[in-house]
Amino acid sequence: MKILVAVKRVVDYNVKVRPKSDGTDVDIANAKMSINPFCEIAVEEAVRLKEKGVATEVVAVSLGTKQSQEQIRTAMALGADRGILVETDTELQPLGVAKCLNAIIAKESPDLVIMGKQSIDGDNNQTGQMLGALSNMPQGTFASEVAVEDGTVNVTREIDGGLQTVKLNLPAIVTTDLRLNEPRYASLPNIMKAKKKPLDTTTPDELGVDVAPRVQTLKVEPPAERSAGIKVADVAELVEKLKNEAKVI
Amino acid sequence: MSQTPLLNDRDIEFLLYEFLNSEALLERPRYQEHSREVFDATLATAKTIAEKYFANHNAKGDANEPTFDGENVHLIPETQEAWDAFAEAGFLAAHYDFEEGGMQMPEIILRAAMSYISSANISSTGYPFLTLGSANLIHSFGDEAQKAKYLPPMMDGRFSGTMALTEPGQGSALADIKTTAKPQDDGTYRIFGQKMFISAGDHNLTENIVHMVLAKIEGAPAGTKGISLFICPKFLLNEDGSVGERNDVALAGLLHKMGYRNTTSTVLSFGEKDGAVGYLVGEAHKGLAYMFQMMNEARIGVGLGAAVLGYQGYNYSLDYARNRPQGRLPSQKDPTSKQVNIVEHADVRRMLLAQKAYVEGSMALCFYASQLFEDSNTATTEEERKQAFTLLDLITPMVKSFPSKYGLRANEHAIQILGGSGYIREYPVEQYYRDNRLNPIHEGAEGIHGLDLLGRKVPMNGLAGYQALKDEILASTEEAKTIEETSAWAKSIEAALASLDQTTMSLLGTLGKGEVDLGMANATVYLDMFGRVLVSWIWLKQAIIAVKALATDLHQDEENFYRGKLQAAQYYIQWELPEIDYQAKLLQSQDDTCLAMQDAWF
Repeated sequence: MKILVAVKRVVDYNVKVRPKSDGTDVDIANAKMSINPFCEIAVEEAVRLKEKGVATEVVAVSLGTKQSQEQIRTAMALGADRGILVETDTELQPLGVAKCLNAIIAKESPDLVIMGKQSIDGDNNQTGQMLGALSNMPQGTFASEVAVEDGTVNVTREIDGGLQTVKLNLPAIVTTDLRLNEPRYASLPNIMKAKKKPLDTTTPDELGVDVAPRVQTLKVEPPAERSAGIKVADVAELVEKLKNEAKVI
Repeated sequence: MSQTPLLNDRDIEFLLYEFLNSEALLERPRYQEHSREVFDATLATAKTIAEKYFANHNAKGDANEPTFDGENVHLIPETQEAWDAFAEAGFLAAHYDFEEGGMQMPEIILRAAMSYISSANISSTGYPFLTLGSANLIHSFGDEAQKAKYLPPMMDGRFSGTMALTEPGQGSALADIKTTAKPQDDGTYRIFGQKMFISAGDHNLTENIVHMVLAKIEGAPAGTKGISLFICPKFLLNEDGSVGERNDVALAGLLHKMGYRNTTSTVLSFGEKDGAVGYLVGEAHKGLAYMFQMMNEARIGVGLGAAVLGYQGYNYSLDYARNRPQGRLPSQKDPTSKQVNIVEHADVRRMLLAQKAYVEGSMALCFYASQLFEDSNTATTEEERKQAFTLLDLITPMVKSFPSKYGLRANEHAIQILGGSGYIREYPVEQYYRDNRLNPIHEGAEGIHGLDLLGRKVPMNGLAGYQALKDEILASTEEAKTIEETSAWAKSIEAALASLDQTTMSLLGTLGKGEVDLGMANATVYLDMFGRVLVSWIWLKQAIIAVKALATDLHQDEENFYRGKLQAAQYYIQWELPEIDYQAKLLQSQDDTCLAMQDAWF
């Protein structure tokens, strides 16, 4: 069984990002970049399935600039067998990414696609679902448990108010939630081994995909600063304020 | 407040790739398989392990020190997880060659990796730290059979190691140790004696503990020339390398420390029954010489440990100062105006700046020393290797002592900034201070390094190391004098160097006249003076890089980073360096106040 894992290069979760002063975008020049935490969980799950003997090959795919190779190497140091980079300098949005991944699926025919439920930069939570629609594959999103058996996968999903388990026919798409697993760290020998694993590069053009952005960013600004609180004299004033100012009751 | 950030990634990157040129290592044959990506990934793994497996129990290990029930030593369980993570990641083997089962990783990258781990929890780092050191001893001086037996399990984490030098009666003066080794017919020895303050001397983290023991073979010559080095494992090994019977090494008791509490400090009894089986390492009577060959390495390690503890206190007190509103600036008279965060007060900034100058200066000094260590082994030409070794040998006393003294001073400032909160155990800075208080004591007490510097390292080989360092410093000041922002500092450092020179010649003159006790009496002051000049130069080197970077178009964060480097350089050179003036005066006058004081007058 072959597993395809998508990994995204994002600003490290420790970095406090700020809008650029002209408000055109977020300022990430010089910021430390890492593998998206949800994608790291996806890699871990794929590697665990391989270690259990369920999967035979794990292929890590990333899209973006040449530097995204670093995140593919990270995935390979964690246990992925080979990597594919779809290289482009164009700003990527979920639909373009989903189309590229769909094209890769057509070439690679994986039995399972595991990806993060969202990336911590865009926070869109769309790519997995779009890929499901484009590839006609069933999807199990927000997974906190994944069990593969006899051509199907049971995915326990974290939903509002509890857990829901769905049974999907393979090939299928799984998007990961935070509680799915605790990712490992790359050991030094595995970091060295990753250097020697194959990494192929392609482009959206070669895949026949138009990744031009469909959504335009108009303005980026920091959230309004919280203003100081006030003391109310009595319950009546509190109720009045909740009703008329906060408009919550 | 959340967990204190470990070190400063930007500063580590600066030290490795701007202050030093670690990428140039990739051109050396030993590192051709590596790349910048591999270095970065190694540091990322170290940081992850530090955050997840070491930082998690730094306070808990301090509050729950190891206990001994008469049979076994008990550590909090997180210690085992930390040990396992360190070993499984491959850090116990990383510096060895590929063919030895290592990763052929450069010294400087591993030092940087180790700084993250020590900064998270210095006492749990004690176990791998000592294992690395004792394995290196076997690697350097053991015979093939010893290496084959002990190194593989020490590299994969099944065995740990210790350095058993100190005894109840002897610490700084090892020449007079009492532990003896009786030769046996089968070529082994039986060891008898007591060792004290042996860190990691007992625990259940590993299947076996390999003690590296200094002892005198019966009938050996007196003094340092009669000391030999032995491997003395807690459990004897069977022929196939598996762990067999208990050796005659017993834990007499645990010692209860001020800091570094999660590293056991032990009293070990060798030979309470028939004698502990020991295996001679290398030749007889050369034990101390072997130990000394490992000292430069070990002392960089202690310096770095002191620096990162200082760094943790700096990070914490900086964060605190930025978030703690208290009082108003002297110019703000309105009592209803908003209080300022204490980072706004000049005196708090003074204490922050002093910490920054000490800890970043110490880190840079230790990284520079690691680079010299690397060069002394892997630089391309024999001459470069020799030059690096000569410089490293000279500066080692300061590399160990400066961070130990000023890392601790930094922690004192951190406590002061937190005020009452700094003094209570609910905040972490008092622990950093207690942990750091060990560093001026072990691996050669401060006074010993003063004697070593003035008595040996400076005069050695016709002042070769001393001259080499002067040349290095003058090359930097020449460059700095051509740069507007740094030229005044360069001149201050040149003047300081001239003053150091006069002082050195004056002291060597006294020693040359045979007045040894007088000449050496104030060696600790000389050590401090030398350290100040050395670290001023380290700051000047950082400042030159910062000025060059600031001439380019920079992101705001980057600009702040380099401005911070410049301000810290200014602080160190304008506030701390001038204290050498009184030190020079005192030393050159051959002041004998301390020497002439009589025991009975106290």
